[in-house]
Amino acid sequence: MKILITVRKNWVAPRFDLTSEVVIALCEDQHILGSPRTILMTRPSAEELCALIIKEGINTVICGGIEDRHLQYLAWKKIRIIDSVVGPYAEALKAAIAGFLQSGTILPGAKQGVPKNE
Amino acid sequence: MKSTTTAFIDKLKISEIISGVPHGIAILDRDLCVVEMNRSLELLTGLTASEARGIRADFILRCNIGKSSKQFREVLETGNSLSVTGDIITQHHQKSPIHFTVSSLRDDSGKSAGLCIFLEDISVLQSVDGKESNLDGVKDILGRSPKMLEMFELMPVLAHTDASILITGETGTGKDMIAEAIHRASSRTRHSFIKINCGALPEALLESELFGHVRGAFTGAVKDKPGLFSLAQNGTIFLTEIGDLPLSLQVKLLSVLDDKEFFPVGGVKKEKVDVRIIAATHRPLRELVRRGEFREDLFYRLNVLRLHLPALRERDGDIRLLLDHFLRQLNTDLGKSIKEYTSKAIEILTSYHYPGNVRELRNIVEYAVHICQGKSVKKECLPEYVFSPQEDSGTVGEEEREQPGAGQTQSPGSAGGGWSDIEKEMILDALKKTGGNRTKAAKRLGWGRTTLWRKLNRYSLN
Repeated sequence: MKILITVRKNWVAPRFDLTSEVVIALCEDQHILGSPRTILMTRPSAEELCALIIKEGINTVICGGIEDRHLQYLAWKKIRIIDSVVGPYAEALKAAIAGFLQSGTILPGAKQGVPKNE
Repeated sequence: MKSTTTAFIDKLKISEIISGVPHGIAILDRDLCVVEMNRSLELLTGLTASEARGIRADFILRCNIGKSSKQFREVLETGNSLSVTGDIITQHHQKSPIHFTVSSLRDDSGKSAGLCIFLEDISVLQSVDGKESNLDGVKDILGRSPKMLEMFELMPVLAHTDASILITGETGTGKDMIAEAIHRASSRTRHSFIKINCGALPEALLESELFGHVRGAFTGAVKDKPGLFSLAQNGTIFLTEIGDLPLSLQVKLLSVLDDKEFFPVGGVKKEKVDVRIIAATHRPLRELVRRGEFREDLFYRLNVLRLHLPALRERDGDIRLLLDHFLRQLNTDLGKSIKEYTSKAIEILTSYHYPGNVRELRNIVEYAVHICQGKSVKKECLPEYVFSPQEDSGTVGEEEREQPGAGQTQSPGSAGGGWSDIEKEMILDALKKTGGNRTKAAKRLGWGRTTLWRKLNRYSLN
């Protein structure tokens, strides 16, 4: 299973369309294979991000707020979207692999640490 | 500093002050983390204040301003308010245009203690393509017939009251549009207009949709969910097909109308709402009351103000007006350049009885615009059923009445004269002339293919 997380610093990015960094992790049997890969986008664009998701053959996307048209498009492409997630992305990835992550989840780590200002 | 802010807020009971404001408000501490937010913002973000507390605001608001928090920090440091237009992604995945006003909060010693962000939803003022929207909404509704003019006169009066309205009328007469126009012309226009079809959902789901549920109310209720009544706070809720509302929910709706409060599914705490209710139905409510399928008390409670929309066939002169309007609109939408209708097409279209009213008329024009290859809509571009307007409903009734008798007196196809024989002859003749092509034969007879197929079966001609 290939998981893509939209990232801002060490948190799940609050908006899909304004994301300029993504992390891609390959998982099997509830374990991450190798180190997750980070991709920096040339500019934030929801359309380019959708194209990247398709090109990379992503199975699950973890993100913050996402517009309906992008949500519908990715769902049509049979990609699972876990949206409106708030918190550190590593924690989100762990929860997703364990099968606990749902749309709208506020991760416990969200209240423990404020992300450093960019 | 966070504790100072919290103490300051507790003293003022800020949550109570901001809860009644019809726009989103967030109070942030010096770390730009949420300390408090009001109900309107909860509805926009889908997160409760307790969930959001302690989390940095940009992750909660999902806005396109203050991405690097630079703008927020500037306000915090300089104390100068910031007013900027941006957008947020709502809990319903909509990008909503918002006017943000960010101002600094000071403590007793005059030191900056945090920020107050005020979010005004300006989607009402902006349509998606940036054009100014039609605020009164009535302009979208066309009609010059006396019955419609009478209704246009009544609408502003209905809009300026706050009583419940019951809109009746046949299907396709525009009940939804009228309800929305009334909401837009009312003082509640800056708040939500929420529409729900009472016949579209099963009873249990409908109750949860209307009144919300609390966590653990039923399997799968993993968190509190506000109902549509809560989402429509200070706005209007439009209950379409009210005649299909289950009896058990009619009781609950009646109590909302009377007390303006309700219990969410599984909840123990009553929620107060200030919502105007507009209901609509195409079913005869009095008849339903008589049959015991609709509560009499609810009927009278909803029937405070009543608006009956005339059927299209009763609107003298409006058919032509609507035909031209939809032709212009569909030309633009579909990139066509059809100029007019031929006189024959107009004659057929104006004499058709439109059981589906304006919706059906629009569909007929859309069909014609798709089919038409020239510059004018001809008779041939119209759907077949408009040529035999009485045929569909009439035939079913006629067959229902005739079938028992036909079985007793004569077998199909037996000699004996009468309409059956003439009809059979007509069918055979049409089939002969069209070389057995049923589509052409049906067209020749002025019937739909299904009608011809049914009659072929009846006369054992298959």
